[in-house]
Amino acid sequence: MNWVWLHKWGSPKWFYALSGRYLPWLTITSVVLLTVGIVWGLFFAPPDYQQGNSFRIIYIHVPAAILAQSIYVMLAVAGAVGLIWKIKLADIALRQAAPIGVWMTVIALMTGSIWGKPTWGAYWVWDARLTSMLILLFLYLGVIALGQAITNRDNSARACAVLSLVGVVNIPIIKYSVEWWNTLHQSASFSFTQKPAMPTQMWFPLLLTVIGFYCYFGAMLFMRMRLEVLQRENGSQWSTTEIDRLIGEHK
Amino acid sequence: MLFRQPSELVNPLAFFTLVGSLFPLALGTQPDFLRASAPGLLWVSALLAVLLSLEGLFRSDFDDGSLEQWIVSPNSLAILSLAKVSANWICTGLSLVVLAPVLALMLGLPGYCLPALMLSLLLGTPILSLIGAIGAALTVGLRRGGVLLALLILPLYVPVLILGCGAVEASLQGLPITAHILWLACLTVLAITLTPFAIGASLSISVTE
Repeated sequence: MNWVWLHKWGSPKWFYALSGRYLPWLTITSVVLLTVGIVWGLFFAPPDYQQGNSFRIIYIHVPAAILAQSIYVMLAVAGAVGLIWKIKLADIALRQAAPIGVWMTVIALMTGSIWGKPTWGAYWVWDARLTSMLILLFLYLGVIALGQAITNRDNSARACAVLSLVGVVNIPIIKYSVEWWNTLHQSASFSFTQKPAMPTQMWFPLLLTVIGFYCYFGAMLFMRMRLEVLQRENGSQWSTTEIDRLIGEHK
Repeated sequence: MLFRQPSELVNPLAFFTLVGSLFPLALGTQPDFLRASAPGLLWVSALLAVLLSLEGLFRSDFDDGSLEQWIVSPNSLAILSLAKVSANWICTGLSLVVLAPVLALMLGLPGYCLPALMLSLLLGTPILSLIGAIGAALTVGLRRGGVLLALLILPLYVPVLILGCGAVEASLQGLPITAHILWLACLTVLAITLTPFAIGASLSISVTE
């Protein structure tokens, strides 16, 4: 099999060109999916027989929580790729994905606590899933803080990669230990593989918002990475022409 | 090496005792309440004491260039760092295990809990030292690594804390502790096998800085 298409993604110049081609599609898909999913979920999906309308926050909460966990796994994968094959773009991906992961975790925690007040009667309970999300937030912050503390760019990338790998080995252990410790949260209400426990009118908008969040993440990541690639490659011929072109467009 | 500077050995222990005796001052001295919260208090103090001892783990070696010798030496970095961490653990972790019963009795933990406490600390503190050493290795080249070290590794300490406290609490309520202890032992083995490689990789990153 020919792997050239994959290897092209490793070169900053090709990445810049290819991601530029995919970026508009990702952006449009995410906007459409999020708009349809959220409008459908907020206005047209039937209210829950027990929680009434407060359940509708699920359309933000669940995608953010799923994405927050996926992004950390992505950090570790990028870290491993960066450590093993020494691909610079993997470092860029790691560094640029981490802040998005922090925001997704914060959104998941905030919406969760807003939902928890009417449903459980408290903004915060020391429940397994809440606690492991909080720990995930600290893991993200650790990666970012370490990346900023080390001034040498290559070293900081390697250090972040090691840290995110250590973190990803620990995440299952943390998850199970915390679950054993205390649990109140219902088990995951959404999965790609199992038949959903809720009716289609509720479940389908959720699917749309989950995919929409992923596309949004892809678009954001591409935008952030493109900027960083341009900054790092500053001085090479193609990036100088590209920067001149971009400046020319804005004049 | 640690014994040449007794303060390095004594400081974490003094810190452990001090934190342990601050809690009764802050929380009041009702014996029932203290007894019920003793497992958590002891484990948190032990955890912080280990964290404190780790900050300087590789510092002097970094300053005098020994770490560079480690890198050029024919032995693998993983083995060397495992040796270093074990030496550190014998001085701090093991002495915490010995000191813990004294503090436990001061907090009113009944005598039949002491084996569980000591066993859980004996299995748990190596994990704390090993995981912490990764953080120490990553931050050794930085000037203000202390707070960063805490941010990096405290989240990773959660499972050990839960299992350790769980063991002591179970014994306090007269329940069997085997499950908790076996899980801790499992994590210890996992930490001993995996973390030296991460420590070695982190050291080589910090040294080339």
